[in-house]
Amino acid sequence: MRAKSTLENYLFILPALIIFSIFYIYPFYKVFQLGLYDWDGISPTKVFVGLGNFKEIIFEDKIWWKSMLNASYITLVALTFQNALAFCLALACDRQIRMRNFYRTIFFIPPVLSEVVVGLVWQWILDGNYGILNNFFVKIGLPHLARNWLSDPKTALNCVAFVHSWKGFGWGFLIFLAGLQTIPRELYEAAKVDGAGAWQVFKRITFPLMIPVMVLVAILTVLGTMQAFVLIIAMTGGGPAYHTEVPVLRILASMRGSSRFGYACAQGISFGVILVIVSFIQYRLSRKAREIY
Amino acid sequence: MLNIKYQKYILSFIFCFLFFGCSSKKEFAKPTITVWHWMTDRKDAFQELSRRYEEKTGVKVNFELYAPSDAYTQKVRAAAQGNTLPDIFGILGEMRDFASFIKAGYVEDLTPYMEENQAEWKERFFKKALEVNEFGPDNAYGVKPGIYGVPIDIMTIQMLYNKRLFKELGLNPENPPQDFSEFLNIGKRIREKGLQGLVSGWAELWMIDCLANNFAFNIMGKDKVIKTIKGEIPYTDPDWIKVLTLFKEIKEAGLLYDGIVTMVNKTAEQIFANERAVFAFNGSWCVNVYRGMNPNLDYAVMLPPKVSEKFPRSIWGGAGSSFMVNANSKLKKEVIRFLKWLTDKEQQIFLSEATFNLPANKESLTQIHPRLAEFADDIEITTHPRIWGVSEFPRVIEAFDKGIQAIIIGEKTPEEVAREIQEIKEKELAKKRSQKE
Repeated sequence: MRAKSTLENYLFILPALIIFSIFYIYPFYKVFQLGLYDWDGISPTKVFVGLGNFKEIIFEDKIWWKSMLNASYITLVALTFQNALAFCLALACDRQIRMRNFYRTIFFIPPVLSEVVVGLVWQWILDGNYGILNNFFVKIGLPHLARNWLSDPKTALNCVAFVHSWKGFGWGFLIFLAGLQTIPRELYEAAKVDGAGAWQVFKRITFPLMIPVMVLVAILTVLGTMQAFVLIIAMTGGGPAYHTEVPVLRILASMRGSSRFGYACAQGISFGVILVIVSFIQYRLSRKAREIY
Repeated sequence: MLNIKYQKYILSFIFCFLFFGCSSKKEFAKPTITVWHWMTDRKDAFQELSRRYEEKTGVKVNFELYAPSDAYTQKVRAAAQGNTLPDIFGILGEMRDFASFIKAGYVEDLTPYMEENQAEWKERFFKKALEVNEFGPDNAYGVKPGIYGVPIDIMTIQMLYNKRLFKELGLNPENPPQDFSEFLNIGKRIREKGLQGLVSGWAELWMIDCLANNFAFNIMGKDKVIKTIKGEIPYTDPDWIKVLTLFKEIKEAGLLYDGIVTMVNKTAEQIFANERAVFAFNGSWCVNVYRGMNPNLDYAVMLPPKVSEKFPRSIWGGAGSSFMVNANSKLKKEVIRFLKWLTDKEQQIFLSEATFNLPANKESLTQIHPRLAEFADDIEITTHPRIWGVSEFPRVIEAFDKGIQAIIIGEKTPEEVAREIQEIKEKELAKKRSQKE
């Protein structure tokens, strides 16, 4: 009887398990398997190289690590600047301010725009010759600030990071706002009655209760930003030189430019593993933060 | 128990189903040839040709467009893996990729068809156009010698200059700079007038590669370039450093458009069409592009400036687009017949007039747009990596082109870049050797 019941339970989860296995586990296994071969993506024969591709990625591929560094920098900007902006705006919109709904709509426009369109629009804004930004600097009497924002190695990555944050802050804003609205209003009222100031309310109520939401937003930001590439293709194509290269662009370059399909698969797996490790660390850190508060 | 009347109906239905289901399909269905392509600008022209061909022969040709070209490339690769390639398709990419498709048995050897009737089909084409689809004896790819593709059009990549801006600079628009020092001297005038110099899509690495190869052929000749690819001459050779230094000189002369290293060719084309740059480096397809963007643009074609007297100048060119025949197609005969028709003089003239591309058929050149004729004038001095018989390692090409970007933005010296390229080259050679062992 018990065995029958257990079997029934397994039977219920079987469809989900089959779908998960077909669309997640098998492709992952296949990509890992291809990562063990030297293959151009066309030939019927593949040369088995064992962990050679992975070894090359870890110990020899300097450009891969440079792209990881670039992606990490963009992620750092997104984690700090983008999320701080999203949180502040969510806090502002959580209050009873005028035109609250209008602001909510406006803040959510950038994330729904196509990344290619955003990239091209910002490319025009930042254009060294006819860009609005340089024109603005000239108009206000600061022509020395005008430059080729996207082809100058000193500013290209910062520009990409800024535009990525501008495009992405709406998601964080929406999740933060939803989180803020779940905090019971009675807590704020009780704090007011007890004479708590705005800072104390924020420190003792809002911030601790928002930690799980912040963790969620941080994990989504890291995963989303590390995998960003469409915006970068539209803005700089990874250039100048390798200054805005990111891991996904390297995977594409291996697959398309170099016809190294096996190597690209190994890069994909390595990148996936790195992201899992980063997310795990984030999760552990957030648990510690929750313990403190 | 079913009513006897219904039983009759059911039996007649089954009879009809079996009778028509088992009858020959050939009497009803005309063959349909499927073609996959990526050429958005030729979509309408291909549809029109398809209509004409069906009208003439009854054979339907279904042109399926998949764009952009990157997406098309992936589609063809995926189809090859799944054995679902269409009857006719194009292979974008390098000769190495083309060779992989052939070795995997996906591409038909067209040599017997080209050679039949005293090589009538073969003789139609420009030699340079056929060469990019041809594998010679002892090619480095291990492909059986033969012709594996049909050129649809040809192209050359050259320099262009804006005649109106030339006048503004006090230069003779009928006399473009011939050598490199003349070219550099124009930079000074361009800066004084507040204009911009050379524009091109140098975020797309192959365009930098193209100009660098033009210079390399002129400085050291084809043999030395090939020897370098084979690994017999290092990239740290003074001639290669000279090639890299030319880019530094062009930059220092103020001849490069600001932001050229992150510019895609489409943007570069817009800039030149809007008369915001004096020079452009672009392929013959640009005639159609500029015509659409600015019909009044007054420009002319020139060869990249001569750097050395030691070797003749060479430019990239040859077949622009080619079609390959699926070796597993069931309609091979019909496909060959269609491709022969498509490359006939009449159809080639139509394609050229409709799309402003240079025809692959020699006889069709007599009736082309004068601007296109300027591009066609230099077809005999064209070369292309696809005809060299050997390919450089993709990582070396990337290091070379990204290195030139680094020189242009003032981050690295030509010597540093040359050392880095050679380092990668040696690693790739070592890897190749170990794989052979």
